[in-house]
Amino acid sequence: MNSIILSAATRIVTPLMVAFSIFILLRGHNEPGGGFIGGLVAATAFALYAKAMGVPATLRALSLSPPTIAVVGLAMSTLAGLWGLVQSGVLLKGLWPLLTTADDGSKAGLPIGSVLVFDVGVYLVVVGSVLSILFALEADVAEENEGED
Amino acid sequence: MSALSSAVGPGSLVLRYLPAALSALVAAGFATLVPTIADYNVMRVSWPWIPGLGVELSFLIDGLSLTFALLITGIGAIVFAYSASYFKGHPKLVRLLVLLVLFEISMLGLVLADNLILMFVFWELTTITSFLLVGFDHEQESARNKALQALLVTGAGGLALLAGILLLGIVGGTYEASTLPLVADTIKEHSLYLPILTLFLLGAFTKSAQFPFHFWLPNAMAAPTPVSAYLHSATMVKAGVYLLARMTPTLGGTEPWLWSLTIVGGVTAVIGSIWALRQTDLKLALAHTTVMALGTITMFLGGAAPIALTAAATFLVVHAFYKAALFLTVGMLDKKAGSREIDALGGLALPMWRTWIIASLAALSMAGFPPFLGFVGKELKYEGALAVASEPLLVVTFAVLANAMMVAIAAAVAIKPFYGRRRSLAEQPADPPFAMWIGPAFLAIGGLIFGLAPDLVGSALINPTATVMSGDLVAKQFKLWHGVNVPLMLSILTFIIGIVLYFNLARIRAALTRLDQRGIWTAEHGYDRALTGLKAIATGQTRVIQPGRLTHYLFWTTATLAALLWSALIAGGFAVLPQAGRMPTLIEWTMLALAGFGAIATAATTSSLLAILALGLLGGTVAAIFVLYGAIDVAMTQLLVETLFVVIVAVALLKLPRLAPTTGARIRWRHLGLAGALGTGTTLTLFAVLSVDLDRRVSDFFEVTSVPEAFGRNIVNVILVDFRALDTLGEIAVVVIAALGVLALLRSRMLTAAEDRR
Amino acid sequence: MEIALSILVGIVVTCGAYLMLSGNMVRFLFGLALLSNAANLVIFAAGRLTYGAPPLIAPGEAGPLETVANALPQALILTAIVIGFGLLAFTLVLVHRANRSLGTVEGDAMRLAEPDEGAR
Repeated sequence: MNSIILSAATRIVTPLMVAFSIFILLRGHNEPGGGFIGGLVAATAFALYAKAMGVPATLRALSLSPPTIAVVGLAMSTLAGLWGLVQSGVLLKGLWPLLTTADDGSKAGLPIGSVLVFDVGVYLVVVGSVLSILFALEADVAEENEGED
Repeated sequence: MSALSSAVGPGSLVLRYLPAALSALVAAGFATLVPTIADYNVMRVSWPWIPGLGVELSFLIDGLSLTFALLITGIGAIVFAYSASYFKGHPKLVRLLVLLVLFEISMLGLVLADNLILMFVFWELTTITSFLLVGFDHEQESARNKALQALLVTGAGGLALLAGILLLGIVGGTYEASTLPLVADTIKEHSLYLPILTLFLLGAFTKSAQFPFHFWLPNAMAAPTPVSAYLHSATMVKAGVYLLARMTPTLGGTEPWLWSLTIVGGVTAVIGSIWALRQTDLKLALAHTTVMALGTITMFLGGAAPIALTAAATFLVVHAFYKAALFLTVGMLDKKAGSREIDALGGLALPMWRTWIIASLAALSMAGFPPFLGFVGKELKYEGALAVASEPLLVVTFAVLANAMMVAIAAAVAIKPFYGRRRSLAEQPADPPFAMWIGPAFLAIGGLIFGLAPDLVGSALINPTATVMSGDLVAKQFKLWHGVNVPLMLSILTFIIGIVLYFNLARIRAALTRLDQRGIWTAEHGYDRALTGLKAIATGQTRVIQPGRLTHYLFWTTATLAALLWSALIAGGFAVLPQAGRMPTLIEWTMLALAGFGAIATAATTSSLLAILALGLLGGTVAAIFVLYGAIDVAMTQLLVETLFVVIVAVALLKLPRLAPTTGARIRWRHLGLAGALGTGTTLTLFAVLSVDLDRRVSDFFEVTSVPEAFGRNIVNVILVDFRALDTLGEIAVVVIAALGVLALLRSRMLTAAEDRR
Repeated sequence: MEIALSILVGIVVTCGAYLMLSGNMVRFLFGLALLSNAANLVIFAAGRLTYGAPPLIAPGEAGPLETVANALPQALILTAIVIGFGLLAFTLVLVHRANRSLGTVEGDAMRLAEPDEGAR
C-alpha cells in the first residue's frame, strides 16, 4: 500500500498511539486500562505502521523481533512472580519496595513494585504475540503471491 | 577382565545368588522380632505422607504381619536360590530376578502397611509384578493371554477394594487398620456396611482366587515353576486371605460376613479339589489344590470362633511349607526327568532319591499324616469346623471332602512318579544341583520338625496371629497328640476316603474329562464372553463415533454437549423465569437486535466479506453492552481485539474460497436443529443460573481489599495482576504459545527478514 | 435485560454451533468466534448486570462507595477475550495453511491422518 497520506499520517499517529498505550498501561492500576489493553493499542499502532511502511520497516523500528518481545514479556512476568517467592516465600506476592509503613500503619511513598513489572510483562506479551501472528501471516501471503506472479 | 565380569557381571555367581542372600538376611531380621511378637506386643512406625487425606506411611508388625513377612522372605530366599540355579544361563535371568525381588518388596509392603491406602498401593504393585511374571515367556501368545486374564481379574478386584477402602475411611474416620477395630461397632451398624463389605470381599476373592473368580489361578501356571511356587501358592494369592484376616476385627463376625465367607470358601475348596483330581499335569494338579487351600482358609475365617481363626492361621503356615516344597519338587522333576505329566514319569525313586524324599515328606504333610505339621493343621481344622457357630455340619462336610481329595492328590504326586516301572523323558534322570534341592528339603524337614513340636510355631506365631484376628487373647496349647476324640475319628474317615479315591483316580479322571469335554459352563466362559463383548462394543462405538470424518466428530461433540445441558436441566427441574430486572431501554433493544442480526447474518451469508462484517457488528455491539453495564476495561479489550481480528482475517482470507454450502439441505436442517437445541439449552441454563442468588463473597473481598492491600483503584486490573496473577501468568503463556505455534506453522521468512536488517 | 440477554446468548450459540457443524473450516472459524462471544456474555450475565457503575474506587477512598459492577467476571472475560484471540488466530492460520497444503477448506476432505477405510 503506497499511499503518501497514509504513510505521512502514520509517522505521526504511530508514536502518539504507542505513547498513549504506555499511558494506558501505567494508569491501569487505578483507572480503566492495564497491560492487556495497552498492549493491544500498541499492537494496533504497529499494525497500522506495517500497513503503511511495510513489515521490514516495522521490524527495523521495533528493533527486537516480535517473538523475542513476547518471550521477554513472559520472562518479566515470571520474574516478577519469582521476586515475591524469593522475598516473601509466596509466588506472585505483590511487593512494593518504594512504600514505607509508618508506625501508625499508614503507608507513604510510590506504589510501584512487582505488580507493575508483571503488568509490563503482560503488555510486552500481548504486543509481541499479536505482531508475531500478524507479520508471519503477512509474510506468508506475500510469499505465496510472489510464487504466483 | 573376563574373570572379573564373570564374577560380578550379569549372570555371574555373585549376582545370581545375591537376591537369595539378601532375602535370607531380611528373613533373619524378621526372625529376631519373633520373641517380642510372641509376647503379644505390636510395633508400629509412621511418617506423614499426604496428611490432608489421612494417608500415612505407617507400618505395623504384629503376629499376622510377621507371620506373612517370615513366609515371604523365607520362602523368597529359597525360591530365589532355586531360580538362580533353575534358570542358569537363561538370557532373561536378570529380568526374572529383578521382577521377583520387586514382587517380594511389594508383597512385604502389603502385609506390613498399616494404612489401608498404602496397603492398596502395594496390592496393585503385586498385581502388576504378577502380570509381568505370568507373562514371563511373552513370546508365547497363550502366556500373554493368561497374564492379561490374571491382571484383569485381580485388577478389577483391586478397583473394588479401593472403593471399599475409601468408603471405610469415610465411615470409620481413619485409614489405619490398627485403629479401625476401635470403631468396628459404628461401622457394622452403618448403612454403608454392606457396600463396604461387598467391595472388600470382591477384592479379596479375586486376589485369592475364590469361586467364581478361581479360574485365573490355574491359568497363571503359564509362569515358570519357581514363580508359581512363590507367587501363586505361597504369597500373592494369600494377599486376599491376608486382607480378610486383617479386616476380621473391623468387618467380621456379622451374618453377611459369616455366610459369604463360609459358602464361597467351601464351594471353592470342593471345586478346587475336584478339578485337581482331573489334572494329569502335576503342576496344574497342585495349582488346583492351592485353590482348595485358599477356599479352606476363607471358610475358616468366616467362622467367628477363635478356634476357627486359629485353624485358619495354622493351615496358612502348614500350606506354605508343604505346597512350596511340592511345587519346587515338580520343577525338579520337570527339569531333570523332562516332564511334569503324571503318566510320563515312574520309578524315579533311586536316581532322584533326594527329590523322592522331599516329595514324600511334603506329601505326607499335605495328606495330614502324623507326625507332620499337616496333621496338626488338619486336627485343628476339624476342631475349628466343629466349633463354627452357624453350620458346623456344612463346614465339617466341606472340610472332610476337600481333605480326602488332598490325600489322593498327595499320593498321586509322591507315589506315581517314583514307584513302578522306570519312565522318564530324560536320558539319565538325576537329582538337581544343591541350590535347587536344599530349599525344598529345608521346607519338607521343617514340616516334620514343627509337626513333632508344634508349639514352637504355635505359641510364637499362631497365637499372636489369632489374637490379632479375634481381638481377644488366644493362648492355645499346640500338641501333636490330642488323644482319641472326634477330630481324630474324622481324620481316619478322611484317610479312608482319600485312599479309595487314589485307587480310583484313573476312573474319576476319565469321568471328569468327559464332563469337561461336554462343555459345562464355567466362570471362565463368562470371562471370555465378557472380554469378547467388550471388544465388540469398543469396535462398534469407534466405527460409529470415530469414523475419521471431522463433521462426525463435531456432530457428536455438539450432541454430547447439548445432551449434557438438557439432562442437567431435566434433572434439576426447569427454572422459573428469573427476576426480570430492569426493562431494556431503547438503546439496549437496539444493541441486542444488532447483535442478534450480526450473529444470524454471519451464519446465513455465503460471502466471507459479509461474514467478517457481521462478526464485527456483533463484536461491536457486545462491546457496547459491556460499556453500558460498567465493564469499561472489557469493552476496550473487546473493541481492540475485534479490530485486530478483522485485520488478520482480511490478510488471510484474501485467497480463501466462498462459503458456498457443500452439504445437502436435509443435513443442514439437522445441523440447525442440533445447534438450536444447544442454544436453547444455554438460554435455559442461564435462566436457571440467574434465578438463584449470587454468592458475592469473593467479589466483596476484592472490593474491600483492593486499595488497602494492593494499592489499586481499578479492581479488575488488581484482580488480573495481583489477586489472580497466577491465572494471568498462565494465560499470557498460552498467548505466547499460540504465537509460536503460528510461527511454526508458517515457517515464515519473517525471522530471516528480521535478521536481514543487520 | 437479563432475560433478553439470555435469549441473545441462545441465538449466538445456535448460530455459532450451526456454523461449526458445517464442515467448512472457514465457517467453523466464524462459528468459533461467535461461540467465544457467547461464552463471554454468559459469564457476564451470570455475574449479574449492574447498570453504569464500573468497578473503580474513587481516589482517597478505601472501597467503592456505592454498589458497583461485579469485577470478578470482568477480569475473567478480559483474559478470555485475549486468549480467544490467540485461539482464533491460531485456528485461522491453521485453516490458511491447510488450504495451501491440501487445497481445500472442507474438513472431511482433509483425510491425510485418517484415510477413508473404504478407499484403501
